[in-house]
Amino acid sequence: MDVALLIALFLASAVRMAVPLLLGTLGESLTERAGNLNLGVEGLMMMGAATGFIAAYHTDNIALAVLAGMLGSGFGSLLYAILTITFRTKQDVTGLALTIFGSGFANTLGKTLANTNTPEGIRTFAQATPLKLPESTASIPGIGPVLAFIDTAFLQHNWFVYLTFIAAFAGWFYLFRTRQGLHLRMIGENPAAADASGIRVIGAKYAHVVVGGILCGLGGVYISVINVGTYLENIVAGRGWIVVALVIFIRWDPLKAIAGSLLFGALEIVGFRIQHIEALSGLPIFSQYAIDMYPYLMTIIVLILTYARKKAYLGPAGLGVPYFREDR
Amino acid sequence: MQPQNRTQPPAITMQGISKTFATVKANDQISFSVKAGEIHALLGENGSGKSTLMNILSGIYLPDSGEIDIHGERVIFRSPRDSMAQGIGMIHQHFKLVENLSALENIVAGTGHGLLLDRKAARDKVIALSEQFEMDIDPDRKIASMSVSEKQTVEILKVLYRGSQILILDEPTAVLTPQEITRLFHILHRMREIGQAVVFISHKLNEVLSLCDRVTVLRQGKTIGTVYTHQTTATELVEMMVGRAVDLAIERPAAVGSGQCLDVKNLTVKDHDGVARLNQVSFTLDHGEILGVAGLSGSGQKELCETIAGLCAPNGGSILFHDNQIIGKSPREIIRLGISMSFIPEDRLGMGLVASMDIADNIMLKDYAFHKGPFLNRKEARAKAKRIVEQLSINTPGIYHTVRKLSGGNIQKVILGREINLSPRLLITAYAVRGLDIHSSYTIYSLINEQKSKDVAVLFIGEDLDVLLELCDRILVLCNGQVTGIVNAKDVNKEQIGLMMAGETLTESEAV
Amino acid sequence: MRLRIAKKDTAGGYKAVLIRVGAVLVALVLSGLLMTAMGYNPISAFAAIIKGSFGSKRGLINTITVAIPLLVVALGLSISFSMRFWNIGGEGQLIMGAIFATFVAHNLPVNTPTPVYLITMAIASMIGGALFALIPGLFRAYSGTNETLFTLMLNYVAIKITVFLRLVLWKDPEAKGFPSIEAIPKIAHLPKVFGIHSGWIIALIATVLVYVFLKYTKRGYETRVVGESERTAHYAGINVRRVLISGVILSGGLVGLAGFVKLSGAAFTLSESIGGGNGFSAVIIAWLAQLNAPVMVIVALLFAAMEQGAMGMELALKIPASVADIIKGLILFTALASEFFIAYRVVIEPGPRQLQKQAQKEDQV
Repeated sequence: MDVALLIALFLASAVRMAVPLLLGTLGESLTERAGNLNLGVEGLMMMGAATGFIAAYHTDNIALAVLAGMLGSGFGSLLYAILTITFRTKQDVTGLALTIFGSGFANTLGKTLANTNTPEGIRTFAQATPLKLPESTASIPGIGPVLAFIDTAFLQHNWFVYLTFIAAFAGWFYLFRTRQGLHLRMIGENPAAADASGIRVIGAKYAHVVVGGILCGLGGVYISVINVGTYLENIVAGRGWIVVALVIFIRWDPLKAIAGSLLFGALEIVGFRIQHIEALSGLPIFSQYAIDMYPYLMTIIVLILTYARKKAYLGPAGLGVPYFREDR
Repeated sequence: MQPQNRTQPPAITMQGISKTFATVKANDQISFSVKAGEIHALLGENGSGKSTLMNILSGIYLPDSGEIDIHGERVIFRSPRDSMAQGIGMIHQHFKLVENLSALENIVAGTGHGLLLDRKAARDKVIALSEQFEMDIDPDRKIASMSVSEKQTVEILKVLYRGSQILILDEPTAVLTPQEITRLFHILHRMREIGQAVVFISHKLNEVLSLCDRVTVLRQGKTIGTVYTHQTTATELVEMMVGRAVDLAIERPAAVGSGQCLDVKNLTVKDHDGVARLNQVSFTLDHGEILGVAGLSGSGQKELCETIAGLCAPNGGSILFHDNQIIGKSPREIIRLGISMSFIPEDRLGMGLVASMDIADNIMLKDYAFHKGPFLNRKEARAKAKRIVEQLSINTPGIYHTVRKLSGGNIQKVILGREINLSPRLLITAYAVRGLDIHSSYTIYSLINEQKSKDVAVLFIGEDLDVLLELCDRILVLCNGQVTGIVNAKDVNKEQIGLMMAGETLTESEAV
Repeated sequence: MRLRIAKKDTAGGYKAVLIRVGAVLVALVLSGLLMTAMGYNPISAFAAIIKGSFGSKRGLINTITVAIPLLVVALGLSISFSMRFWNIGGEGQLIMGAIFATFVAHNLPVNTPTPVYLITMAIASMIGGALFALIPGLFRAYSGTNETLFTLMLNYVAIKITVFLRLVLWKDPEAKGFPSIEAIPKIAHLPKVFGIHSGWIIALIATVLVYVFLKYTKRGYETRVVGESERTAHYAGINVRRVLISGVILSGGLVGLAGFVKLSGAAFTLSESIGGGNGFSAVIIAWLAQLNAPVMVIVALLFAAMEQGAMGMELALKIPASVADIIKGLILFTALASEFFIAYRVVIEPGPRQLQKQAQKEDQV
């Protein structure tokens, strides 16, 4: 096969694999910027994957599937928000509980649909390539091959993928250019200061934690409804945990989240691709079993490198600390 | 309804304000009134209810009962937003600023509507305000890189930016040099001139008397009275605060020790970024002497204490304890040299004690390692705890009471009791009376004097210059990690120390 | 009207217990509601869970068998937690323990006496678990690396290593169909005492040891001081790194031992599912028991009953066993929230509007 085509196909797969990670990372960044460390991303993604798939299966309507996924994960993150914000529970333990609850919830709901496929309409949506360039562009002299490469790598995706990347840019703009974004950053760093400035701390925390959770859930919807198209038990397979680590890696910045999730997305599929290259597939470190470990090992390496840097930004200063105005 | 008055209604009227926390009546039927164009002091000991009253006025607490009128209008504050909307601005003792945002971002946050920020307009307004009040501040600098005094200026700007007519300052001078205090007072005078009301919370009587027009004194949650500053004296105010006449003089017995204890030479400590927190610090400390350390907070006091105590790795210099070189040695190694040293750190619950453990378990924190075998000897610790509770009359239900639940004064007594119990030859205390009431403070002073009379060498890190001047034999002044002078306490005044704190080396300072 | 939240002065001992018990009941009611919403009958579900776990001698034995590794893992984790080292890697440490034990089981000479066989396996499993905990422990001690995510990722690494062993390195050539690892020899099985494998004795001894360690030994005291505040520990002359590292080794070692207990007592064959989620359940058990070792015995039994009973329920009623996870999650939620009701009280007081009305009335009078 043509090397350029191989690379383009690899990039295209990386983009597809990056989508759930990007959605989760955006959601968790938003949550953590509000001062709440939600370790329940895995559970939220599972809830989104299950409720989204059930709606997709019964209605064959992508909008309803997305809505159902949002409702499912919104329910989960609302529970987490009530507990951590109003009842001031320990955020880390609450997040773990959410993971257990969410996986139980998803596995119970999805039990009867295990190993079924999405219906026709959804599959058509998932396979659609609305931004694909016309065939004729490939024959334009000079830039033709370049366009073909770009087309194969980045322009043969469905709307869900594009919207996710747009959401990342929007998230960056929101966080660093708008008034609400400034308020959110202030709440995460020092909720008492935000409160004293007249910002509604509790309301903002609720809003961002729930919306953040819904974004994570959409990552789950993407996995089950769009990318795989079949419901499997434990379909999220630890991506939620990778997201939690990725957030540290990308320094709570939605733009860096794009790069981070593309990197980890590429890592997930590198194994399948490398097997096509005979020279490499024989080496033990490229054996399927070793490659399966890469995302997890890579996450560990990222953690080690992050904390090895002395002056690294280690997240909003108020992360993990419940806020109580009348504290005394 | 109140009859129409020809004169302007007061800026603030608070009547019958009560607030109870759990079982503590923090405010009990308090009445308080401030006129426009007045600087009004709110005076009281820690726990007298000043902070609670002001937190009610700024909307942080909701009172259990009572009424608030602002400029003659009845108001009810549900949140800081409500209070701000009435033109009230509070500057807390612990600044409510976000360290890694710029001054401008901190100032504008929480104001205005709409999605986008108009940074330019906000910037112009901030600059105009700082010119009007003769303040010098760069709106684009991050808070983290500012000095305490600059942060305070940002807080004041933040309040003015919101168009506040009423300004509350909680202990604003505690962390400033005398010169910075003068600058602050200048700003406050300008505010008074344009008819704003200023509430000045402090326990420094001299400042209250020189700056303010009237004083309201609180004690144990009740209003004791309001007086004009030109009609009262410091002694009278203290009597109102404490409820009885108090001898404010601190004893200073003559230093008659058995010779040199500590000889520190060229001590240098750098932080993670390679910035020197202590730079070539040298001094000596004798037995039976109290050496005070003055300086703005963060001038290297913490590093000085922790390096001597073996908690902080130095980058150079020497520390001789009698003839033993102890620099760079760990606390355990120091003890193994047969040196008995006690250290009362600034952060009592986060460093000096294990907050969630009881008194008995905390008493053995320093000597459990010398219990025989792999097990703890709780019996011995309990006996010791009982003795210390008795000796220092610590107010607690028992030795199994969690230290976190004790009051500030009693928490300090637990540490002090434990440390004195080790019969130290050197005692290091950092901000020993911070947050304590007058009575507890004087108990601590006499305990320290008692150690001095037992031939113990005392290093006393302080913040109240009056206390340093009265209690200590000599005073070492730090500025940015450097010694700007070591002086005899009897021979200097506050202004001279203030200049040294700001970095000027006193030419006539006598290195003793 | 308005609700205000105020700190309680003291939480009475029996009241706190009452609130916690109430929390569990609330969780059960909530899970009942959720099950109803999902179309299952909660009453018959709960009945089936109880019947499956305690209803028969067989069920009871199974419940205790499930509880044993849960308890040992929880005990191990509680040492980590008491120094605020958030070891979520119980699953991985348990698997590593089982891998090391399996290696020993397959490589010792067959004529080795049983006690030596078992003790060697036990020691190997502790080394395996301790090593897997030590890696994140060292990074945390020397560069402050976040141990929560580190230990968590190692769970997946351990699972992938086991898959590799099962499919490649240790693949049993005689296994037909599904590739698996050869079962450990009979000699490596834990003997039964009172009809249950003797792992329960190990678990109870571990309970006493952990309790005494944390409460009465100097190192246990140091462990708790480090957990409360590293600065205080440093101030008291404690070598924080040494305490942290030795604590992590102890913690991981115990969790690894659970891997041996599970392998030699019940599973007999190593596979990637040998952890079975014990690592996560144990986090909750340790936390619910507030790191108190004797209480962990009871909580572990209840959790085991739920897991065991849920399997019975799935068989009898076709209700998915994953319902047990929902109930577990909800119990944890309400238990967490109950801490709030122990520490604070909610005061109902007249709201601003009522105060305003009241004031107006007084003014008119």
